Amino acid sequence: MILVWLLVVLLGGGVLAGLFARLHPLLSRSIALVAVIVDLVLALILAVCDFGAAHAVGSRWLEEVNWSWIPQSGIQFHLGLDGLSLLLVLLTLFLGMVAVLISWSDITTAVGFYHFHLLLILGGILGVLLSLDLFLFYFSWELMLVPMYFLISIWGRERRTYAAIQFFLFTQLSGLLMLIAILALYFAHHQATGIYTFEYQDLLGTQLSPHMAMWIMLGFFAAFAVKLPVFPFHTWLPDACAEASTATNLVLTSLMAATAAYAMVRFLLPLFPDAARAIAPVIIVLAIIGILYSAVLAFSQTDLMRLIAYASIGHLGFVLLGIFSGSPLALQGAVMTVLAHGVSIGALFLIAGALEKRLHSREIETMGGLWDTMPRLGGVALFFALAALGLPGLGDFIGEFLILIGTYQVHIAAAAVAACGVLAATFYALRFVQYAFQGSNLHSWRLPDLNLREATVLGALMIALLWLGLYPQPVFRTLAQTASHAQAFWR
Amino acid sequence: MDAIRLISLSPLLIVAATSVAVLLAIAIRRNHAVAFGLTLAGLAASFCSTFFTPPSQVTQLLLIDRYALFFMGLLTAASFSITLSAYGYLAAREGNKEEFYVLLLVATLGAMALAASGHFASLFLGIEILSVALYGLIAYLRERPLPLEAGIKYLVLAGSSSAFLAFGIALVYADLGALDFAKVAQLLAAQRSMNLELLLPGTVLILTGIGFKLALAPFHMWTPDVYEGAPTPVTAFVATVSKGGMFALLLRYFSQSGANRFPRLLLVLSIIAIASMLAGNLLALFSSNVKRILAYSSIAHMGYLLVALEASSRLGTNAVAFYLVAYFAMTLGAFGVVTVLSSAQRDADQLDDYRGLFWRRPVLALVFTAMLLSLAGIPLTAGFLAKFYIVAAGVASQAWLLILILVITSTIGLFYYLRVVTALYQQPVSDVQVPEPLPRRAPGLSLVLAVLTVLLVWFGVYPTPLLRMIQSAISSIL
Repeated sequence: MILVWLLVVLLGGGVLAGLFARLHPLLSRSIALVAVIVDLVLALILAVCDFGAAHAVGSRWLEEVNWSWIPQSGIQFHLGLDGLSLLLVLLTLFLGMVAVLISWSDITTAVGFYHFHLLLILGGILGVLLSLDLFLFYFSWELMLVPMYFLISIWGRERRTYAAIQFFLFTQLSGLLMLIAILALYFAHHQATGIYTFEYQDLLGTQLSPHMAMWIMLGFFAAFAVKLPVFPFHTWLPDACAEASTATNLVLTSLMAATAAYAMVRFLLPLFPDAARAIAPVIIVLAIIGILYSAVLAFSQTDLMRLIAYASIGHLGFVLLGIFSGSPLALQGAVMTVLAHGVSIGALFLIAGALEKRLHSREIETMGGLWDTMPRLGGVALFFALAALGLPGLGDFIGEFLILIGTYQVHIAAAAVAACGVLAATFYALRFVQYAFQGSNLHSWRLPDLNLREATVLGALMIALLWLGLYPQPVFRTLAQTASHAQAFWR
Repeated sequence: MDAIRLISLSPLLIVAATSVAVLLAIAIRRNHAVAFGLTLAGLAASFCSTFFTPPSQVTQLLLIDRYALFFMGLLTAASFSITLSAYGYLAAREGNKEEFYVLLLVATLGAMALAASGHFASLFLGIEILSVALYGLIAYLRERPLPLEAGIKYLVLAGSSSAFLAFGIALVYADLGALDFAKVAQLLAAQRSMNLELLLPGTVLILTGIGFKLALAPFHMWTPDVYEGAPTPVTAFVATVSKGGMFALLLRYFSQSGANRFPRLLLVLSIIAIASMLAGNLLALFSSNVKRILAYSSIAHMGYLLVALEASSRLGTNAVAFYLVAYFAMTLGAFGVVTVLSSAQRDADQLDDYRGLFWRRPVLALVFTAMLLSLAGIPLTAGFLAKFYIVAAGVASQAWLLILILVITSTIGLFYYLRVVTALYQQPVSDVQVPEPLPRRAPGLSLVLAVLTVLLVWFGVYPTPLLRMIQSAISSIL
């Protein structure tokens, strides 16, 4: 039941935030913030209380809700939470809170409408993370798109319309391919058993011819590959990040990528283990190309937002590698990387946004010597740049390290080449710090340092990343059950 | 004809009687409000009567079964909301207003007859009643050049399409010697005395006639001009009631006559469906006139419907009926918004009229957004589930090519819907001339838009009751 409340609080909060903006924008912001915080507390309660209890019962799901929705078509309102989804729900709500906080002074037009869309997206993401009915999953998956389109196209920068439409067309087309795949699976299951159902557990064991399974799997993969994004379907992301506002970028890269990675682990691998194994070498090659290619592109960007977008694509290449390498260790590393990437890339976007607000420019060439005038921002930027290049002690390192170890057991060459990607990340991360904060202050910038709100948000993100890097054990313990399930499918 | 049968006919009779009543009222004293009120009352009574009417067959011509009653309810509800939106629109314009309602009622009667028709004669009768009233409706503002042009275009093309239809029916009759759908189905099943040289051309000619009415490609040429030229409430009527009645008939004919046994016919339908999806979605890309964009989009929507029609399973029939309901709601809503924004001089059909609407009239912009997103098939709206069921029907019948084209073209379709949506939310430019909107003479129209938006979201989130109604309705033709 608490799962339903998670959704109700977010969506209800969104509607209220939209309605009350007429009275005062501050009211709308506060409602949105309260809704996200209440949800975060609910999720934390789940994390603390339910965890021990469910293991005692031995059930697959820590929490479950199963209501009849459209019985004529075998559609259930079926939500379920296990360790994997719990971690990502926490990430979503934590970053959702950050997104509301950093919009506090950034967003000044149509405040209510903005928060309505922001909370609707968060609701959609939670829907994706919790649904155990493929129709509900597709419904939530598509639900994220329109609000995101609005976030880019209303509160974005100059070429926002182009970026928003590109984003929408990419994700919509791939989403429709997934719809066909879902329906094909649905009818294949009906042919085999005579039952119409979208229920995840029932569809798991559906008998499919290898040919059919491959096509259906590709339909799913198309949607996830665009959203993650996987090279060569990534072209929309840098454009969108260059045009969208800071909070939007946070949601777009950190959270949407998390849903795509989650969906691969939850749906793609268990539903089509054979097909996934068959195509894994191709996907691993794509992942490695993505890692190297994005590192090269990140190095040559002068626009800070684009640089971070490419850095994000690189990290997500590791995630893809971890998921498809077939090693449970790498799979755990992939989830770890999703969490750490969410925090570190999100923080980098915040820093870029803070710089842009002060300099009115995102070109790193116009910067230089900013450390003198903004020492706190400089220090924070260095911290997260080091996190992005995989410094031990921070979350990204743990994730990528596990992915490389896991991959090494299976494909030595793949691990070796991917390791070069870690090296390449050093170049662009340090280049960013070097150009922006070191050197001489050629433009004689005199700028205000981080204010209290910014410092608090960035401080919270730093703590989260340090925690992930220094004491990751709770994450792995939470994942243990999911990982063992995944392992069963790979063998 | 006994009393039961007469009662069965009551939805049709009430509408017919109302049109006479309005005529008499005009003869006694011309009053816009009285004509309007009578029309509303008549349509509401007819709508309610569909819930209580006992199903029965009235003569060979009219089959008042659950299926027919369901569609009659849908058609009268649509006419009701069009009437509501027409009042303020007409009040701001020149000329006599009252006859508009007579024509509207007669046209609705024709569409209802189509929904109940189980016989080629009543098919022809229904189409003619509908078309003749539409000639008058489209050219109702006869002082203005655009409606007049649209009316004449429609007159010429609908007239010739009726000729095709009549010739086709004659050829089928010459071969099978039957006009009754059930009889035709029997004869086709028995495969006796089948003379394909007559039957196939006949069927194709009938399809041509129906294709004209539904604006399927390649018979779609009239659509953008008529949509643009006709007064906006009439455009809404052409898009919904006229096409809805026709499609209800096509669906019945298709599932009763077992026409899906003929691969050649399916091939023709597939080609028409593909052509409609491509033509509608691609042509809309190049238009910046909202009424024309909606016209092209309706061509594409009819193409989607054909995909489900071809599946011709229970699932496909369900999908068509659900899609029609959703299509009615979103099309009426979209044209309702156009009506609200139209000035006395011209309709708000330019994309520029909508630029920055959100910052001027946020609620109206949100309603329009909901309608457009539903047309595009986005979740939380009925359009999403409707498209979902169409794709499901296509996948179930393994019509992969059709489904693939549906997916690709509907993604292209998104592009032009988003163009309008984007315009709604652009920051207002101060020097753009915005047409003076109508004074709020009809609170009814706001009510219609509110109800349609609620229905749109309701059917999109919890369609179970509607699906149950549809299932009981279509069980009478399967």
